[in-house]
Amino acid sequence: MATEPTSTESKKDPKSNGNGDDQSLGRKIKEGIDLAKNDPREGQIWTSVIRHKLDDSPRNRSLAVLSNVFLHLHPAKINRDAVRYGFTWGMGGISFYLFIVLTLTGVFLMFYYHPTKGQAFRDILYLRHDVPYGNLLRNMHRWAAHAMIITVWLHMLRVFLTGSYKPPREFNWGVGVLLLVFTMLLSFTGYLLPDDQLGFWAVTVGTNMARATPFLGHEGPFGPQMGMTAFNDVRFALLGGSIVDSNALLRAYIWHCIGLPIVLSVFLIVHFWRIRKDGSISGPAPIKLEHDFKDWAPAKA
Amino acid sequence: MDWIQLWQIASAPDNVPILIMLALVGFYTCYAFKQAFANDRLAAELEADPVMQKTHHRKRFPFQKGWAERVHVWPYLLKIEFLAAIIVTAILIVWSITLDAPLEEPANPSLTMNPSKAPWYFLGLQEMLVYFDPWIAGVVAPGIIVVGLMVIPYVDVNPLGNGYYTYKQRKFAIWTFLFGFLILWVLLVFIGTFIRGPGWQWFWPGTFWDHHRVVHETNRNLHEIFGISGQPAEGIFGAAVVGGYFALGMAAFHVLFKKFANNAYRAMNIVQLLIVNSLFVMMMGMPVKIIARLAFRIKYVWVTPWFNI
Ligand code: HEM
Repeated sequence: MATEPTSTESKKDPKSNGNGDDQSLGRKIKEGIDLAKNDPREGQIWTSVIRHKLDDSPRNRSLAVLSNVFLHLHPAKINRDAVRYGFTWGMGGISFYLFIVLTLTGVFLMFYYHPTKGQAFRDILYLRHDVPYGNLLRNMHRWAAHAMIITVWLHMLRVFLTGSYKPPREFNWGVGVLLLVFTMLLSFTGYLLPDDQLGFWAVTVGTNMARATPFLGHEGPFGPQMGMTAFNDVRFALLGGSIVDSNALLRAYIWHCIGLPIVLSVFLIVHFWRIRKDGSISGPAPIKLEHDFKDWAPAKA
Repeated sequence: MDWIQLWQIASAPDNVPILIMLALVGFYTCYAFKQAFANDRLAAELEADPVMQKTHHRKRFPFQKGWAERVHVWPYLLKIEFLAAIIVTAILIVWSITLDAPLEEPANPSLTMNPSKAPWYFLGLQEMLVYFDPWIAGVVAPGIIVVGLMVIPYVDVNPLGNGYYTYKQRKFAIWTFLFGFLILWVLLVFIGTFIRGPGWQWFWPGTFWDHHRVVHETNRNLHEIFGISGQPAEGIFGAAVVGGYFALGMAAFHVLFKKFANNAYRAMNIVQLLIVNSLFVMMMGMPVKIIARLAFRIKYVWVTPWFNI
């Protein structure tokens, strides 16, 4: 561990440099060399960054998690069973990891992308053919988005099948449902951005449904009665126009790169916070039996 | 059989995720049920043996001797998370090297894509467009799905099966959820991808997607079959049919639920019962309308001047 300071005098009085009034440069250099021999893990820089010792003790294992802002989402200790893959399938964590990957690759893509008609498509071609690793970048963003939808669905499936939405986790299930919606909306808004036939027609099909919104769409039930036209209904608000054109591209871009990621992140924070507050994940819990619950057991005839 | 076409559809880059999704959903459903059945066997054993009930701690996976019940997150959990991140990254990189994200021609409003499809995860909703008008398929149905999912924890009063896989202890909940997820969502995504061809027509897998195929379907509205015409007769007739469906459906659900899910019935209050009942009957309205359309060529059951169902 820590090496003994070579200068024994310095130990006596930490404030004094141990050399009386010797202010010569030579003295300073010698002190510097002594300093360099010390273990850097005792130094001011190291201890200001990592605030716990590194030897493998239970205390330090806990501190490693608790004194790190990112890791302290976790408790210091968990049930041994809770790390069993078979229980959670890791799908919530993988969804979150894919979200991080999407944020990173997405920021890189933004360096090359202009949300304007004509230029947008050329930017994608540029990414595919000229930008170093641009094609890989775009592919990773695309496939991570699809993968995230799959993992979020699977996460929901496992939360349901383990009954993990039951008290006290009712609220977090609701937060999860919103996360599911935002995940799919994020993917959907991204679909338009290459400004190709695929995205254009997918978004056309999708937003055409909005004009049939009851009361708020100009072709929806009671829409005309509410004074809705193609130029003031909810579809118009989504597209910034009555057709999928440059305004729609800009709106999709802003929702995709700014609006929805922020909203999703906020709900993610709530989701993670709630997992901790609800007593970590629900299981694998001891199996309950019908007769544990007097009111629940079937009525005896 | 047109294998080449089938291969082209299956290997279209944007359809590969769907195949992966289908495989994973199948695998994890089986994986969950395997654990559920194992737990159910254990529960049955304990239920039958009062001695074991008291002493056995009922963990599916008992601790080894000398193992602490709780472990440190560092390194036990973080190690797994780190490994998972590496594996996911590796898969993603290989996937991205081998398969290019699709890019079609530049957007062209005057050149309609046929079939023009929503992103795959919304294909279930697009498929509903065949059976319902857009205000239901695109707005009301998704709204009910989201709200319906969110109320689940507040209407499922079953105290059993919290934190472990089980089938026997939650039969109704599991059947209902899996029917909605596997049939009404995942299966419709599958149909939308592999079966719906040009003009959103039904092509069995392997048949050629003929862009010129014309199908003369004569769809009728329900009131025409009964020889009713003109408003308000049509509207009143339709209201009676839809109202009748809900009245009968909810009455039937009530009787069956009381009989076969008696525990839950006794534990639920009137609001919970009404919500579960109406959501269930609404959900079942989807397959009912699908069958009415596919088997009996019925387009609308309720026609009014403002909306059709
Ligand atoms: C962006 C999407 C989501 C992310 C990143 C996410 C992340 C997580 C993580 C990391 C956990 C810890 C346990 C685990 O990994 O399974 C978790 C638990 C949970 N999630 Fe999610 N989640 C998402 C969406 C959802 C959805 C769609 C639902 C339900 C509709 C949901 C409901 C829950 C609940 C109830 C828990 C507690 C589970 C338990 O106690 O066993 N989450 N989530």
